[in-house]
Amino acid sequence: MEPREQEFLDYVQSGGMVEPDDWMPDEYRKRLIKFIEMHGNSELMGVLPERDWILRAPTLQRKLALTAKIQDEVGHCQLIYRVVEDLGKPRSACLDDLIAGKSKFHNVFHYPTKSWGDVGVIAWLVDAAAIISQKALLKCSYAPYARVMKKVCWEESFHILHGRDTVLAMVTGTPEQFELVQEALNRWWTPLMHFHGTPIPADEDPMVIWRIKSQGNEDARQQFLDGYVPQVRELGLEIPDPKLRKNGNGVWEYTEPDWDELTAVVTGHGPASQERLDFRRLSRAETDWVSKVVLAEAA
Amino acid sequence: MIFEVFRQERKGQPFVHGGSFHAPDQAFADAYAREFYARRQESVALWVVPRESIHAIEEFPDEFDLKYRRVDGYSIKARLKEARERAGTAAD
Repeated sequence: MEPREQEFLDYVQSGGMVEPDDWMPDEYRKRLIKFIEMHGNSELMGVLPERDWILRAPTLQRKLALTAKIQDEVGHCQLIYRVVEDLGKPRSACLDDLIAGKSKFHNVFHYPTKSWGDVGVIAWLVDAAAIISQKALLKCSYAPYARVMKKVCWEESFHILHGRDTVLAMVTGTPEQFELVQEALNRWWTPLMHFHGTPIPADEDPMVIWRIKSQGNEDARQQFLDGYVPQVRELGLEIPDPKLRKNGNGVWEYTEPDWDELTAVVTGHGPASQERLDFRRLSRAETDWVSKVVLAEAA
Repeated sequence: MIFEVFRQERKGQPFVHGGSFHAPDQAFADAYAREFYARRQESVALWVVPRESIHAIEEFPDEFDLKYRRVDGYSIKARLKEARERAGTAAD
């Protein structure tokens, strides 16, 4: 490592914050772009499973809440892509790479939704898992990203409550409604366990070394299990992992998830990956004229 | 065009940078700013500024060590002691 790079590394490791115009090593910039772009992609792709349920929401209030959540998520995408742009990659290039399958989005958005139970489980538990990662990003060494994350986390807290409320309405409803939540949880548990990534030790994780992330993958998963397993179980729901338990040292033990499945899913081989990308391609083509008209009128 | 947004959370507070977005012109930018930064009543006022209108200054050299402009440019301890001794008001 060159002295200048070492100096930068020491600076970020000791809590230093980096602004867009500051000098930064190429590796740091590349890792930032890849990570933040994937985050932006995930916000954009993450609204597609929820979008499917706007027309099928059980009440007007739920329909409005779901629409508001989707608006928030697309707004997060816009904010996050702006951070990527200031690092050197334009938004149009991010969208091109996304629909060409060249960049990734989060594993949980590669799965289909089957019932209204999924909407509750996604808004509650997927967002809960996401907010743990996002709260850790408030301490990211790259300041513009950390600043954006403040607004994102604030809005996500509404989503978790909306999701938990949806789940509570169903588990206090008919036995069929309770069963829809249990069935959705059964399908979502593995993706949730995959969510924070392989348990690579924090001191070997380049994202932690550069202080882009402030928390190791396993720490995040433990925090998720600690916070949410009791909240799920107190509703009488069963988590589909017979090995799941907190041991005497306060560490959650669980069945090792199939990490090859995670790799396959995030590289575009998930059950809904291609359908979602097709939809994104279609909507980009169909709305292309809008941006052309708007930009032409403004010019 | 890129617009930068500054938001005031409550009356009397300073405007703080909120973020930025693309908009084709000021009218769109104003509409987006309302949606992005005030749809939950989380702001009482917004400044929506084209990024090109912002002049950033990031270097502040202090070649002449202008400490007399700052509180750390003054060490009054020794002189205060002397003055108090002379006036006979020193607490001993």
